[in-house]
Amino acid sequence: MDKINHALDEFREMDALAAQDSPIHRMHPLVKLLITLAYILCVVSFHKYQLSALAVMVLFPILMFQLSGIPVRTCFYKLRIVLPLVCAVGLLNPFYDRAPLLQLGSITVSGGVVSMITLMLKGVFALMASFLLIAPTPMDSLCAALRKLHVPSLLVTLLLLTYRYVAVMLREVSVMSDAYHLRAPGQKGIHISAWGSFLGQLLLRSMDRAEDLYESMLLRGFRGEFYYAEVPKCTAGAVAFALGCAAFFAAARCWDLPQLLGNLFT
Amino acid sequence: MHMADALLAPTVAAAMYVASGTAAGVSVHKLRKDDETQKLPVMAVTAALVFAGQMINYTIPGTGSSGHMCGGMLLTGLLGPQAGFLSMIVILAIQCLFFADGGLLALGANVWNMAFYGCFVGYYLIWRPIMRSNLFAGMGAKAAGRTKIIVASILGCVITLLLGAFSVVLETSLSGITELPFGTFLGVMLPIHLAIGLIEGLITTAVLLFVYESRPELLRDVHPGAEKGKGSLATTIVVLAVAAALVGGGLSLLASSNPDGLEWSLFGNSEAGYSENMGLNEDDFGVQSAAADKAAGIQEKTSFLPDSSFSDSDSAAGPSVSGLVGSAIVAALVLLICFVGGFFRKKNGQKQ
Repeated sequence: MDKINHALDEFREMDALAAQDSPIHRMHPLVKLLITLAYILCVVSFHKYQLSALAVMVLFPILMFQLSGIPVRTCFYKLRIVLPLVCAVGLLNPFYDRAPLLQLGSITVSGGVVSMITLMLKGVFALMASFLLIAPTPMDSLCAALRKLHVPSLLVTLLLLTYRYVAVMLREVSVMSDAYHLRAPGQKGIHISAWGSFLGQLLLRSMDRAEDLYESMLLRGFRGEFYYAEVPKCTAGAVAFALGCAAFFAAARCWDLPQLLGNLFT
Repeated sequence: MHMADALLAPTVAAAMYVASGTAAGVSVHKLRKDDETQKLPVMAVTAALVFAGQMINYTIPGTGSSGHMCGGMLLTGLLGPQAGFLSMIVILAIQCLFFADGGLLALGANVWNMAFYGCFVGYYLIWRPIMRSNLFAGMGAKAAGRTKIIVASILGCVITLLLGAFSVVLETSLSGITELPFGTFLGVMLPIHLAIGLIEGLITTAVLLFVYESRPELLRDVHPGAEKGKGSLATTIVVLAVAAALVGGGLSLLASSNPDGLEWSLFGNSEAGYSENMGLNEDDFGVQSAAADKAAGIQEKTSFLPDSSFSDSDSAAGPSVSGLVGSAIVAALVLLICFVGGFFRKKNGQKQ
């Protein structure tokens, strides 16, 4: 099934990206997590008409893309999922908010159009930021950062284990659905007669395997907590970078930087 | 139904993080207290299975379209509400991080809309009462169990999905993101999710029925005698109280800008001379008195979401010509960063 194979490919691609080396890859995961959260928080807090002020926020993801060497194409491929809902909500704004906001020659731009573009930009920026957090950060490092933030070990271990099993499960489901479709050619999905048994069979087998798995984990010394070995050190450079970013976000939020820049030249 | 970051205001996102975080904390505490941490691999495997299972297309008979499974009800039926809730959090986090399905900041809201309703409301208010009831007892034990599973999972999927859709509309409207009126937005979202809920309910029922036929002991509350419902009433009350507080809190934020009863009676109803009727002097406590001004000032400073908009909304400058020029300079800066980055990468590549 195409969707499952696509998902598997995306997992592989993200793993490959996380395995690369760059200053951003070597940065402490907690620093990356905090900068990302600060950035997203700052981006979504802009007012719906503050289009020019918001535009300056593009500098952070662009800088991160350049420093980490991660391809922008991969990120924009992921936009296909998130943008439709944002667009669906934003596209109606021009119909409800028709008050003129800006006059560009003979063209009048209404408030709705500006708020629609702002909303879409916010969606794209926030997505780029989350992508730039996970792409250069292996899952183990991210989980170590979450533990540093005192997220309960039960939840963090669950996240790590599930992340590992998802790839296994996707492969299993892919094989099963290939087998099913070879025996039922021309059929689009799973027939109603197999709705329960298709996933149910896998569920029962997997739950049994999980019990064995837990026993082997205990035998290898698992006491409810994983230990994360290879987490990059928190360097002074990383802290300085984080502080610089935070200062830039605060400045961009407080002042309309493009407007101020424009004032210098007009 | 996954919400993107752009659809939420920071205050609403933070509130939803607090709500979902509290539910997660209570769940972790409960699992540890009951020493159910050995469930961890089972939770992880089931969560991974639900993740993969949601990608399977199930053909809907009589139509050309296909549907997907509802994760919340399946997980709660198999693992119980707390373990199911944590598993759903993990699924949503992976979807958000690796597939950009829902935003990082919106994760709290997504967990609430999809996992909380599906697991807690779905279990305590739908699954458990139905499974433990004597409904359909005349049909024989096996048939009654089967019918109860069908009713509980379809009802659970429909109701929890509708609650989730309602929350999406409420959160987006509270964030002041869309110009779409609340009623119209709700009118669009609810019918769509009613249809989706019915289909998801049928698919989830099929999987749960298969488990019931082959290994009924894996399902929650199928044999009520085996599990004692300790603290069940207390937990139900806590869940209801949290839900009520959140819904109530959410609705109160939507409050109109008209003064409420007390404000109105004290300051707003000057014509009727209500202040005087209450034995208060119009000059000191009337609508244009110093007391009214002071109260308005305090309210302005302390309000959480003043009239559901943000404090700088009046001063929010729209784009202007100098703004456009500035944006063009930013664009030039972007190109410069890309150029410099590309130059250094090329140089490093040549060195290696």
